[in-house]
Amino acid sequence: MVEKTPAAVLPVSSTDAFLQSSARKRLILLELAILTLLLAVFALHAGAADTSPLQVLRALLQLDTGISNVVIWNIRLPRILAGIAAGAGLAVAGCVMQTSLRNPLASPSTLGISHAAAFGANLAIVFFGAGTIHSSTQDAVLIGNPYLVTLTAFAFSMVAMTLLLLLARLRGFSPESVVLAGVAFGSLFAAGSTLVQYFAEDVQVAAMVFWTFGDLGRVSWQEVAILTVLLTGAFLYFLLHRWDYNALDSGDDSAAGLGVHVEQIRFRSMLAASLVTAVAVSFMGIIGFIGLVAPQIMRRVLGVDHRYLIPASAVTGAALLLFSDTLARTMISPVVLPVGAITSFFGAPMFLFLLAKGYSKR
Amino acid sequence: MILSVNHIRFMYPSRPVLDDASFSVNQGELLAVLGTNGTGKTTLLKCINRILQPAAGSVLIGGESVDALGRNALAQKIGYVEQQRSGSRATVFNAVLLGRKPYIRWDITRHDAAVADGALEALGMSGHAFRFLDELSGGELQKVNIARALAQEPEVLLMDEPTSNLDLKNQLEVLKLIRQITRDRGIAAVMAMHDLNLALRFADRFLFLKGRKIHAAGGPDVVTPEIIESVYSVPVTIVSHSGNRIIYPL
Repeated sequence: MVEKTPAAVLPVSSTDAFLQSSARKRLILLELAILTLLLAVFALHAGAADTSPLQVLRALLQLDTGISNVVIWNIRLPRILAGIAAGAGLAVAGCVMQTSLRNPLASPSTLGISHAAAFGANLAIVFFGAGTIHSSTQDAVLIGNPYLVTLTAFAFSMVAMTLLLLLARLRGFSPESVVLAGVAFGSLFAAGSTLVQYFAEDVQVAAMVFWTFGDLGRVSWQEVAILTVLLTGAFLYFLLHRWDYNALDSGDDSAAGLGVHVEQIRFRSMLAASLVTAVAVSFMGIIGFIGLVAPQIMRRVLGVDHRYLIPASAVTGAALLLFSDTLARTMISPVVLPVGAITSFFGAPMFLFLLAKGYSKR
Repeated sequence: MILSVNHIRFMYPSRPVLDDASFSVNQGELLAVLGTNGTGKTTLLKCINRILQPAAGSVLIGGESVDALGRNALAQKIGYVEQQRSGSRATVFNAVLLGRKPYIRWDITRHDAAVADGALEALGMSGHAFRFLDELSGGELQKVNIARALAQEPEVLLMDEPTSNLDLKNQLEVLKLIRQITRDRGIAAVMAMHDLNLALRFADRFLFLKGRKIHAAGGPDVVTPEIIESVYSVPVTIVSHSGNRIIYPL
């Protein structure tokens, strides 16, 4: 009788283990993308107007020309796509800002860009007469001239971004100086907003507060298209330089020794991230937390390898904002809650949980 | 001769740092750069690697000027280990894999991962591949930094105080590995150091910096009590013990 020998257990090399872990991360990324897609499908169906899944499908295929067609194509679809683009944009901007400035607290809101946009919007509402009372079933106050508000908000966020980058360049672009300058600009624009509000009338103050809530319902197809084109360009740039971001984690001199143009990559990354943020905030108002929390969640789940961290932050940001907006629309329908409050309300506990849990190994 | 540094001059806006520094290093040779704090050791390494742009002078690798090379091409020729800093949340394997960055077109290949694997093995760190950098001891972290530089498959290796913050055991272990690997792979190595005894034990040649200039350079014979006292302003004596020369401050 031939005795069977146990199968030899081959040791797994670091290379194999690394490749296996990379495959696992790609799978998680795919799962996140599918989850976001399912969420988008659900969001299409959910809302104040009662639409059955069949009606949604018929409207999507342009087989139904009734009210459900209008709801899907004019209201829900642009809103959902705006949520995906803005969520992905803010998250990926936050991810790149955190890495470029080597500061976990760097995000569109902590660097003063959102505050600058809010100041611009406030200015437009008070001095250019863009805030009015508007009665509807959902909103007591609406922005009378949204294009003017958006343009002024964008202009001021670009002013903040330009000042930030110019100042940083003067100081040799040290990450600390950028973060500190961002905090200073944030305070400056917040103080400016307070002053404008102090001298404003009740109606104008209401319009200003309304604008800062953040609302995906403000955007049309045109704005979705602008944001998507910009996001795609920035996202490709970030992906192209994902190894540079990995190298920056090891310190400026080490990164330079690995072939990275440190100052150049930092400047261009901040420029692209700020631009995406400025456009998103100008179109939709302040949506806090996504830019800070989505990349931090993914750092803990997938690790700090930017090959996965950048796309994963984008998908997580999109999913978080889409989920929050759907919840905001449906929780006490037909009233639409401020989406910024919902993102923080659900994002913060999730983040705290992951903070306590620590980092993923591979 | 693989590395040739010719008449390098460097100035910060507030003060000059290096003036007319020239030397060369052969394949497999380990050069120790010595001198007091702030004398320009780190600046010299950064000028060789073009992290800092010198005001004058040239650096040649195998006869080719580093100015003619792009940053990635330069990183394929020069590995750089900076002064030790705290570890990040990257894993050891990912950190070493970064050494392949100068070679990556779109993404890493299996070959890149195998080179990183080999570099880790050469430093005896294979068993730590999936630990986080901020969980490592100082000695382990320094080995990872050297492994990353080796993964660049460089012709020249620059190290800035690679044994600072290490205990005696780790100092000896790391320097022994550097000595062995640079000889085995024919790498020209330049190492800024403070510990004269370790330099004397492991380096082939020595370069003393003083007052922005090269004060003395050469083989072990250049390390004399007179030279050391003139550089550090500390009188010393050198005694022999078991075939090794040992420097005692008086």
